[in-house]
This record gives sequence, structure tokens and C-alpha cells, in this order.
Amino acid sequence: MSVAENQAAAGRGSARAVAILSSLGRFLVIAVTTYLGLLAVTFFIGRVIPIDPVLAVLGDRAPTAVVERTRREMGLDLPWIEQFYLYVKAALRGDFGTSVLTTNPVMSDIRRVFPATIELATLGTLIGAVLGVPLGVLAAVKRGSLIDQIARIIGLIGYSVPIFWLGLLGLVLFYAKLQWVAFPARLDVVYEYTFTPITGFYLLDSAMQGQWDVFYDAYRHIILPAALLGYFALAYISRMTRSFMLNELAQEYIVAARAKGLSETRIIWGHALRNAAVPMVTVIALSYASLLEGSVLTETVFSWPGIGLYITNSLTNADMNAVLGGTIVIGSVFIAINLLSDLLYRLLDPRTKTG
Amino acid sequence: MTASDAGHLSRREWLLSDRPASRVQARLGRAYVAWRRFSANRLALVGLLIILALVVVAALADVLAPYSPTVGDLKNARLLAPSAAHWFGTDDLGRDIYSRIVYGSRWTLYVVILVAVIAAPIGLLVGTVAGYAGGWTDTILMRITDIFLAFPKLVLALAFVAALGPGIENAVLAIAITSWPPYARIARAETLTVRNSDYIKAVQLMGASPFRIVLRHIMPLCISSLIIRVTLDMAGIILTAAGLGFLGLGAQPPLPEWGAMIASGRRFILDQWWVAAAPGAAILIVSLGFNLLGDGLRDALDPRSGDQ
Repeated sequence: MSVAENQAAAGRGSARAVAILSSLGRFLVIAVTTYLGLLAVTFFIGRVIPIDPVLAVLGDRAPTAVVERTRREMGLDLPWIEQFYLYVKAALRGDFGTSVLTTNPVMSDIRRVFPATIELATLGTLIGAVLGVPLGVLAAVKRGSLIDQIARIIGLIGYSVPIFWLGLLGLVLFYAKLQWVAFPARLDVVYEYTFTPITGFYLLDSAMQGQWDVFYDAYRHIILPAALLGYFALAYISRMTRSFMLNELAQEYIVAARAKGLSETRIIWGHALRNAAVPMVTVIALSYASLLEGSVLTETVFSWPGIGLYITNSLTNADMNAVLGGTIVIGSVFIAINLLSDLLYRLLDPRTKTG
Repeated sequence: MTASDAGHLSRREWLLSDRPASRVQARLGRAYVAWRRFSANRLALVGLLIILALVVVAALADVLAPYSPTVGDLKNARLLAPSAAHWFGTDDLGRDIYSRIVYGSRWTLYVVILVAVIAAPIGLLVGTVAGYAGGWTDTILMRITDIFLAFPKLVLALAFVAALGPGIENAVLAIAITSWPPYARIARAETLTVRNSDYIKAVQLMGASPFRIVLRHIMPLCISSLIIRVTLDMAGIILTAAGLGFLGLGAQPPLPEWGAMIASGRRFILDQWWVAAAPGAAILIVSLGFNLLGDGLRDALDPRSGDQ
């Protein structure tokens, strides 16, 4: 190999390294500015909008000395920029102050309730993906057929129905009339004291401990809210799957595969779906993120003790630390899923590998 | 062929003419083509009808509602099932639910229009300025847009209302603050496609200021894609507003807002299901109308999906 070729190879290698570094750098800039933005907005909500944040924390009957002390403790005598710096520093440590309602640090409250939300959203996304992907594929393959119309109606209603209302109707039908599911809660009171959770995911915990009666009870409580969230995920996932599949089925490699005499099953599920899988990872990740957010209303309807119920309970008690802490945590997870799915898309899509 | 047929045909030819003689003719022709495409879509027409019905009901609420929306008959008419006198039954304060839903349409329209009037111009301004200016202005404005786009909307709106205090105006403000970013992206994309075109160069040569170019020559071109997107977002806006109302953060009692009505019916859901069922159905129908209308408008107006 000549010197020139060597240099050229090295040049290509370093150009590639530079490209990777610069896209990594861009990713970091986006991640950092987005999180700073989230903190800036919550800072604005918590410190700038209220006329007197001390009043918001203590109420209007606190003695003057206490008010003055709290004002100093909260750092409200400092300039804005310094306050924001301290705010960011505290948030990075996971310190969102103390909840007025529970008198615990907000972070420990959130750590306690968050598994319930994750369990619900995960099961919802699973239901949505397991049903939504095949539905979308069938709708695309049999375009204009009955199943396509059904998929379209499911999607339209999913985009138009108020989730809390559907939840209430579900309770009337499946709990009160048919008695297929249990009342709104996470577990029956009977098990509240006999069951000790390990991870906080009750289905997983009860299965690990072999307490199948608890598992069945947890299942009867989670299935309706999870199915409801799953329906919303299904509406979104099936619609996107359909459009990705239509896109793939119009490609020339499908014609080539047909010409080769491959079976339709193999063409659809083996070739087309495999190529549509990359953008679908993003779609499923995004629907997971939106279910985490959508759980706020669902948890209220089903008295599900997750972060959504925590936020709404804190709202009605004017507990701003808890509200903002919950907002930052949901926002952070939401942003993280957004960023990661974007990154994953870049990593998985073969077209973005070269270049 | 009768005379009226001939007149109709020639009018049609005039509208579809390849060489419009005036600006009015060109515009009417385009509108006619768009309408033809829109009205060929039956579902889109259903959507349009639903929205027109909403507007009519809101306008004629005083005539259509047989009872007062806020004052009920506590003594005789508490939690009655649907009947001829009370089509959708009565609520816990003896108020006629049908009348409340009729008046509630006003609040739904109020929220939707106000959010559109606040959020769409913000997005339009940010997007066109970023797209036309380019460089650092573009980078910074779009970074801010993307940051807002990455936030969870409902949770952020909740936090805003928590700080501002509950109420329908604050709910509108909170929704508007979280819903402008997509409009900015659309406006920027449209701006980028026309920024370097010859007619912009021509007005630049004539000495038009950047302000005038953005306002008079770029913004009008963004309007149609913006209208489509706003219509498609209306359902989401209605659902978010209803969600805030359901959580007690939107309209306050005794306002007949549909989300708040569902919340008050929640206590009786197992025995008097109609208190919550009717307002929820109203929300569903109106959101569905906006979704169908938005889909139809997109198919009819979006130049990329057409043959223009």
C-alpha cells in the first residue's frame, strides 16, 4: 500500500470520526438545551408567575419573621440568574423540596409512586403494539377493505374521545354491570398488608414471590386502565404502521420478491414489515412517552396511585413543590424517550450508517 | 341542453380556465377546485356539518335550550333519568343536562377560537422570521421551538394552570403556550421553500423591507398549511381543555363546560350514568368533526397531495 493510499484511508477514517463526534456533539447540545429549557419553564412557573412564592408555600397567615426566614432560605433575595443556578443544581441532585401535603421530600414521594405509572404505561404500550402492528399491516395490505375501514374508525375515535370519559364508561360496563374487573385501586385492601412489593411493579413482584392470588387481583385492577391506554396507543401505532407499510409495499423490491415467487406471507411479514420496523421503533417509543403523560387523567379516574394521581392530588392542595417536581420528572422521562428514540433511529437505520 | 345548463357549464369553464383574466378569477377557480375535491370526500362533509352545527347551536343557545344552564330545580328535578321533558336527564343540582350541553358549546368554541387566535400567530411569526432571517436567528428560534415541542403538553399545561390559578382563561393560555411550536415549524418550512424564489427577489429589488416581505409576501403563503394543521389540532385542544376542566382546573362551576360536567357526573357514574355520558358524547362528536374536517381540508388543500 502506497503512502498516498495510507493517508487517504487515514483521512477517511478521521473524517468518519469527525462526523460521529459532530453528530454526538449535536445530540449533546440538543439534550442539554432541552433539559435546561424544561427547568427554565418550571422555574418560571414556580418562581416568576406567583406574585409571592413565599406566600404560595406558607399561606397568608404566617408571622412576618417566618416569612422573612423562608424568603432567605428559598434564596429569593438573590438575583434571578443566581436563583436559577441554584434551582438547576438542586434539580440535578433530585432535590425538588418538600411536599406540603405528605411532608416528605418530593423525590422520595415520586420514587414511591413512579413504578405504578411505569407498570401501567408499559402494559398499555404492550397491548397497543401487540394489537396495533398487525392491524396496521392488515389495513395496508387489504387497502380499502373492511379491515382497513375498521382500523380507520378505531383510529378516528381514538383521536377524538376524551380518555377520562371512556374510562368512566368502562367502569360502568366492566366493573358495575359485568363485574369482569375490580374497583378502581391497585390492589384489594385484603392484600395491602400481606403483600410486600420488591420492585414496585405488582404483577412482577407477586409472580416472583409465587403469590398467584395477589397476581390475579393485581391483574383484575390493572387490566381496564391498561386496556384503555392500550387503545390510545393502538390508534396511533396502527395508523402509523399502515402508512409505513403502504410506503414499503410500493417499493420495487416487493415486485422483485413477487417475481421470484415468494409467498405473500413471507413478503409482507418477512420483507416489508422488517423494513418498516425501524421507524416503528420510534413510533412505539413515542406512544410510550405519551402514555406516561396520558396517565395523569387515567390515574385520576381509576384511583391509580401513580405519579399522575400524585400531581393532581398535589394540585388540589396547592402543593407547588410536588406539582413541579412531578412535572420535571415526567418531562425528563418524556424528553429522554424522545431523544433516545431519535438516536435509536439513527443507529438502526442502515441508510444513516454510511455518511 | 337547457339554458341554465349552458350557463352552468360556462361558469364552470370560466372557473377552471387555464388562463384566468383576473386575480379574482384565479382565486375563485382555485377555491372551486379545492371545494370539488373536498366535497367529493363524504366524511369530510360530515365533519363540516358537525362543526357548522356546533356554531349554530352556540349562536342559538338561547332559543334551543328549554331550561336555564345554571339554575336548576333542586326540589323536583334532581338526577332524573332521560325523558321527554329532560332529553338527557338532569344533574345533581336539578339542572337540565341538554340545556347545559347546548350552552356548553359556547365555551368549547370560545376555547378553540381563543387558542387558535393566540397560538397560530405566535407560531407564524416565529416560523417566518426564523426561516427568512436564517443564520443565528433561525438556529436560536428553532432551538426554542424544539425545546417546547419536546415537552409533555398536558402536564406542562397542568403546571401552568396550577401557578396561574384555575379558570377558563388561564386554561386557554396554558394550552396556547404549549401548542404553538408545530405552527412555527410549518411556517418555517413554507418560508424556506419560497425564500429564494424570483418573486421575493423582485420585491427585494423594489426595496421592500424585510418586515414587509415577511408580512405581505411570505405569511399569506403559509396560511393554508397552517389552517389545515390548526383544524387537525382542534380536537386535541378540545380534549386538553376538557381534561383540565375534568381535573377542576378549567372552567369553574356553575359554567356548563363539558369536561367539568363529566367531573361532576363522576360521583354518580354507577347509578346515574347519564350525567357524565351526555357531555362526553358531545366532546367526542365535536372532536370527531374537527378531525374529519381537518383530514378533508388536508386532502383538498395540501399542494403536495394534489396535482397542482
